[in-house]
Amino acid sequence: MHPLLFSIIDNIRSLGWGGAFQLLRNGLVLGSLYALIALGYTMIYGILKLLNFAHGDVYMVGAFLGYGILTRLNGPLNLAIGIVPAIALMFAVAMAGSGVLGVAIERFAYRPLRNAPRIAPLITAIGVSFFLENSVQLLTNGFQYTYDPFELGKTGNEELGPLYHTVFSVAGNPVTAVQLFVVGTAVFLMVALVLLVSRTKFGKSMRATAYDREAASMMGIDTDRVIALTFFIASMLAGAAGVMFGLYLGVTYYFMGFLAGLKAFTAAVIGGIGSIPGAMLGGLIIGLVESFAIGYVGGQWSDIVIFGLFILFMLFRPRGLLGSRAIQKV
Amino acid sequence: MSDQSNTPAPEPPDAEAQTRIGVDSWVAESDDRQARKRGFFGPAARGWDASPDPVKLFLFIAVAGTIPFWMSEGDLFVYGLFTVLYATLGLGLNVVVGFAGLLDLGYVAYFGIGAYGYALVSSEHYGIHWPTLASLPAVMVFTGLVGLLLGLTSRRLVGDYFAIVTLFFLQAFLVFTNTANPDIAGVGLTGGSSGIGNLDPLKFFGYSLTSVKQQYYFFLIVLCLATAGLYFANRSRTGRAWRALREDPLAAEVMSIPVNRLKRLAIVMGAALAGLCGAIFAAIQTAVTSSNFTLNVLIVIFAVVILGGMGSIAGPILGAIVINVSLQFLQPQNDHPDIKRWLFYGAIILFIALMKPWYRAVVVLAGTVAFGFAVHAIVSATAAASWTSGTVADAGSASVAKVTAHWVVIPNQALHGSFATYAYIGLVVLVCVVRSVTGWWRTLALVPTLYMTAVVWENVLAPNPAVTAEILFGVLLIVIMTARPQGLIGTARVEIV
Repeated sequence: MHPLLFSIIDNIRSLGWGGAFQLLRNGLVLGSLYALIALGYTMIYGILKLLNFAHGDVYMVGAFLGYGILTRLNGPLNLAIGIVPAIALMFAVAMAGSGVLGVAIERFAYRPLRNAPRIAPLITAIGVSFFLENSVQLLTNGFQYTYDPFELGKTGNEELGPLYHTVFSVAGNPVTAVQLFVVGTAVFLMVALVLLVSRTKFGKSMRATAYDREAASMMGIDTDRVIALTFFIASMLAGAAGVMFGLYLGVTYYFMGFLAGLKAFTAAVIGGIGSIPGAMLGGLIIGLVESFAIGYVGGQWSDIVIFGLFILFMLFRPRGLLGSRAIQKV
Repeated sequence: MSDQSNTPAPEPPDAEAQTRIGVDSWVAESDDRQARKRGFFGPAARGWDASPDPVKLFLFIAVAGTIPFWMSEGDLFVYGLFTVLYATLGLGLNVVVGFAGLLDLGYVAYFGIGAYGYALVSSEHYGIHWPTLASLPAVMVFTGLVGLLLGLTSRRLVGDYFAIVTLFFLQAFLVFTNTANPDIAGVGLTGGSSGIGNLDPLKFFGYSLTSVKQQYYFFLIVLCLATAGLYFANRSRTGRAWRALREDPLAAEVMSIPVNRLKRLAIVMGAALAGLCGAIFAAIQTAVTSSNFTLNVLIVIFAVVILGGMGSIAGPILGAIVINVSLQFLQPQNDHPDIKRWLFYGAIILFIALMKPWYRAVVVLAGTVAFGFAVHAIVSATAAASWTSGTVADAGSASVAKVTAHWVVIPNQALHGSFATYAYIGLVVLVCVVRSVTGWWRTLALVPTLYMTAVVWENVLAPNPAVTAEILFGVLLIVIMTARPQGLIGTARVEIV
């Protein structure tokens, strides 16, 4: 048998049930972040049939916007205001900023190419992604910046800040406040999105535009506005995910959007692209797979495992778990 | 169209506004387009268009072949050899992206596989030393097979899915070579982050290609063979089928074109050519590391293909010349410290000069110069001295830098960080404003935008040439795809409904 298989079995034995729970917990937190980004991919893909390569970089910009607000508030140490309003402010600015960025990307890079052959907006999307990534590299000198979540909002002689307080433990394995917060916020945002899409008039016009843009515009829907708003919402979710990543794992750097974007897109595909529940499910699956692959196989193999999973999915079930079968009309 | 009658039919008064029925307007305007090629370069452009294709290739060989006679070895390496490398890589990518219309983002992985393949069979890493005449074809066959494997997925993956699978493949390749590095026969297969060193040089019939000149000529021959081969492939039945497939896969399939086989063929051909480039590149560098095959290289090659024009043969070659030469000029240089500044202001002035009508160009130029001096005067009169006391990067002794220091606001180091951020974001916002207004408003908005461009260039971009080049590639992809999708010399795509 291959030595790698031996080491996997060894890891499973040595980590035990407690280790498995920790991996499950980390996977759920990571998965809800991926799910938020995957939602943006799936919404934009649903409405424009465009793979928005720049979406991962919008997420990265969101993380940096949150960091910018944190430093304006004298953070991460010696916060000027309480930790709750500070985090609320970070979310507000990061979500608004990335939302505006998403609308600008759509307006100036994708709208001129509405009727171009399909390869043209894809190449433009790569250009936008590369532009954003390197602009941030230029302005941050390529350094990593840390949110320092361990000490954020610490008072007195506490060892850890409030974000890393243990809320409850399962058989001695702690679940911290920030982990609950990330999962809770992600669930809240997803529920809000589902309600928006299924219950409101705007959601209806969004679904109509995704189904048939031309027919929707004939029914009096301003499709350009709907598409711009879709970009705004999708980018807003990515911005929120960026701040949560900073609060959970602590670091932001200019390159973080690329891999996260790839994995989130994989999540969207596995769930079934264009399907909102599918994106959530796919995000959780990718988060869990990555977490368990890191724990049992080793960090250097986790990307390859996800890639293999993606290829298998594409070959055997290209419409994803919850996607509808595409019928090609001629 | 050749109307022989002497009395032309009377034209309706609104003939200009009407669509001409029965005459495809693109064909009808062909003569106008030819006549429009006037001006300084007009005769050259017309002559180039009129000359047959083999003559063009021989002209290119004649010019490229003389380069080693007047260039130093170091310059030949960066300007000559790398241009030829990018051109050949661009030609291979052009088969996949330009001919067959498949967005293959894993292209650099084939380049890397070729390089690693050559390294494994001709170095001390495993102690295998194959002759070049065996290793080059073997590497090409192997990368072609890898391409075929990945191409098998293209049967079910349309468009974006194929793009993301190949991009993931590139990522997996990088992780595999850089960190996974499995042990095979007691040695790490790819040497990890330090790669594999001490490769054999290319060797034919006992002659080793060790000098830059020899390597340049060999690579030039490869480029010419690839050009000729792809030229014939493009004009063949297969080439026509590729174009049909690119424009409309469904219609092509209805016309009984074997769509899937042709897609695979395009991917395999591109992969094999990239593998060959990789092997030669590895032999020239005498080492491979995975940092040679990152996403940045992919973007450079895409920029080469798209700048030149997707689907044309001469396009990637022209694109490679423009991209590589400007890439090298952007680097800090000791002999010509000021050259990137000349290039930058030259490009700005060219941009202004191309505006029509001419008085608009004059207004913008004069306005920008006056605006700059006004801003500089106001800032130095009202703000503290630290706002204008910065120095320009790579100034050298040339006069341009001295003039710009009196025109562009350059704060000193203490203020630099946040000023750079706000100036850069301000420039992006201004460019968006210019894009969204029209007419004289656009002319008006251009004045502060151009000045801001100069400010950002002097403060942020010029001191960081490597990142600047990558930002420019990103912008290039966006601008070309939205403004001129056919590239520099491609022909515009006409949709006939």
